[in-house]
Amino acid sequence: MKSLSEIETTAKRASRAAGYSWGIAEEVGKSIRLSELFGFPGIKHLNQYYQNKKKKNFETIKLINKINKLNSSTFCPIILGVNFIDQVKKIETLKKCSVENLSYPLLLLPFLSRGSEIIGKKLLVSFDDSKFLLNFNLSILSNFWNKEIPILANQVEISFLNNEDNFTDHDWKNLYKLAENTFVEETDSLKEGAAGSGLTDND
Amino acid sequence: MNVELRDPNIIMKLSRLGSFHQSRLSFLRSFLCEFKDWQYNRDLFDLDQEGYGTVVYSFKKKNRVYSLICYANKINDDERSDRVIATKWDAAFTLHDGVPLKEDIERLRNEVPKQEVGRVSYKELTLSRANKSVRVFDHVVESLSNGKQPNLNLLEKVGYLYRTTAVYGSGKFGLADRFRIKNRKEINGPFRLEMMLVYLVRQFTFDQVNHIAKNKNPDSAVKLDLKICRNLGIGNSTGLGMAPFIINHPTLLNNWILSREVALKKIREIKIVKTQDRDLFKDCVKNSLKNITSWNTESEYQLKKIKLLLNDIKKFINFLENEFTFEKDYPFNEIYLWLEKKTCEECIEYIVSIMMEPFGEIIQPLVRQMSSEEEKYFNIPTEREVGDLKKILENKYSNILKIDFKTEESTQKFWFISKNKEEPRLANRFEENGADLEQPLAIARDIKRLYERLLTLKSNLRINQFLIDNNDLRHVVRRAFIIEKFPYSEIQDNTIGENLVPIDMLRLKLSFFGALKFDPRSDKWLRICMFQGAPLPNELKDYDEQWVYKT
Repeated sequence: MKSLSEIETTAKRASRAAGYSWGIAEEVGKSIRLSELFGFPGIKHLNQYYQNKKKKNFETIKLINKINKLNSSTFCPIILGVNFIDQVKKIETLKKCSVENLSYPLLLLPFLSRGSEIIGKKLLVSFDDSKFLLNFNLSILSNFWNKEIPILANQVEISFLNNEDNFTDHDWKNLYKLAENTFVEETDSLKEGAAGSGLTDND
Repeated sequence: MNVELRDPNIIMKLSRLGSFHQSRLSFLRSFLCEFKDWQYNRDLFDLDQEGYGTVVYSFKKKNRVYSLICYANKINDDERSDRVIATKWDAAFTLHDGVPLKEDIERLRNEVPKQEVGRVSYKELTLSRANKSVRVFDHVVESLSNGKQPNLNLLEKVGYLYRTTAVYGSGKFGLADRFRIKNRKEINGPFRLEMMLVYLVRQFTFDQVNHIAKNKNPDSAVKLDLKICRNLGIGNSTGLGMAPFIINHPTLLNNWILSREVALKKIREIKIVKTQDRDLFKDCVKNSLKNITSWNTESEYQLKKIKLLLNDIKKFINFLENEFTFEKDYPFNEIYLWLEKKTCEECIEYIVSIMMEPFGEIIQPLVRQMSSEEEKYFNIPTEREVGDLKKILENKYSNILKIDFKTEESTQKFWFISKNKEEPRLANRFEENGADLEQPLAIARDIKRLYERLLTLKSNLRINQFLIDNNDLRHVVRRAFIIEKFPYSEIQDNTIGENLVPIDMLRLKLSFFGALKFDPRSDKWLRICMFQGAPLPNELKDYDEQWVYKT
């Protein structure tokens, strides 16, 4: 088994060799490490992408907008990912954004996960039919577990989820009521002696 | 009194960093301190008459066990090399997490001796190999087997029976990643497990030499005297592989240096020094003279430094004895100011290290702050503005910005990774090929490039906008925002200039390891000695903290 340290170093060096700057290569190394840590085939997709990149030209995106599309060609997931983490606070204000024709979308995923941590919000991401819930860079939930992730996503949608409870008030109240059973009813004597201050503090 | 921390522009110069010496903060000393109440054991000793086979040692406390597995193999004299190109060694080692099963020992027997081309698993924590100092080893075997102790002059010249040539950890060759073990309290200090490996290897060298001598002449052989054992360490040959580490781990470097600087500041701020503390300090300074006079090297560069150091230490002892009194307030501050005025860099840092000896209560809490959660500082704060970045560069890299990188002298060298051994190397960019594959270790040059580019831009431009067209300098943008929070994270010098002395970078790291007697063999590699004078494993429960000065 390869260690995460070996994965990061090799992904970084390969990215530099594929023509990216050292700074971007460092970002790729970190992201591929994350991808493998979360159980996604980052090394496999990065390898395929760099093989393909020798033959085909991929477009780079500079400023990420609400809708990002190209008429021909496809986007580079690395530059999109790096710009996403750089611009995530601005993109967050759009609440939602989409990218059409993204090659090797799996390579974007760890960058989005890091973005989720930077802004402190969960992200809901879909690559066509595949859906991913990114939780502050702590975990990724997916309906695509153990399936082959496609090398092209026609439509990528990224939604910034508001920090809201994912349970109802009713659920909470019921559970809280149960938790209250660990509390002790305070008598007058307990009110007087079990805390620091007096019953009245009008002095 | 408030003493300011020393200026990073002075302390982080390579000539100063290359003058650092071991101290109570050093990792091998903090390792001994942490593991002194662990149970040491020799679990397996399966060597043949010539000393080849397998040995296992362990440290145990409650449910935690660390086991060193040693494989001693026969090699021919012409196969023995300290260089990284070697493929065979007298012995190879791995530190296993827990008690190794028979299957583990067999699995590792096929891999550990191969080192870089073998594969270990997440159950292994560190990996190393070592070669005999044949001259010394054979002499010791011969002497012991004849019932005599070895010639102390010869032992003193070398200082060890074996030399390690690399110690690997943190995920290399399949070893456990640091994240798997980082929450263990006992390894909350840099390189703890690497230190454990080297320490147990030292014990292996004694056990092996005794075993061979006994088998050679069972009737008259004697064991190597314990006092002699104590005064032997483990040698280490170190090359350029270490140098990039201190550039690639800026927050870690900061935490090492900052701990040293905070220790010095606190010691200088002590108003009245207790008699026992001043006596201990004086004793250590005087005793340390033996470490200097027994420091053997053929390197003219180092000999010159040793000579200067010895002169200055003698001058300092004279000052202490005849001109100075500890009766004044803030005596260590006065000592420090005198050193700055009257002695060389090597001597200043030497005495700074010794100043820490009496003050365990200052040092121990700092030891726990010498690791770093590097991931936390990786993301660039892209909402900040170009004006902020420009100010950081002007404040934190003021000396670097004065370097003229348009001259050949200032850009003469480049760092690269060799294809043969995947190890860092240094070459002249105007004479050799490969500069197009340069590693990102020319930080000073790239910081200056960044600054020049920022000068043409509006101050209120956001970093995320700047990066869109300037990602070629992204690696130094990241570093600039790190140095803003971590003042000692950057070497304040040119690491590609004509005058670069790479061993200064190695010495910095080795001093934090706790190495003694740096012996440069060229400007790119050196030999050192570790654990010389240290207590033996079964003496750890009650050992003298100042053993370094009592060898």
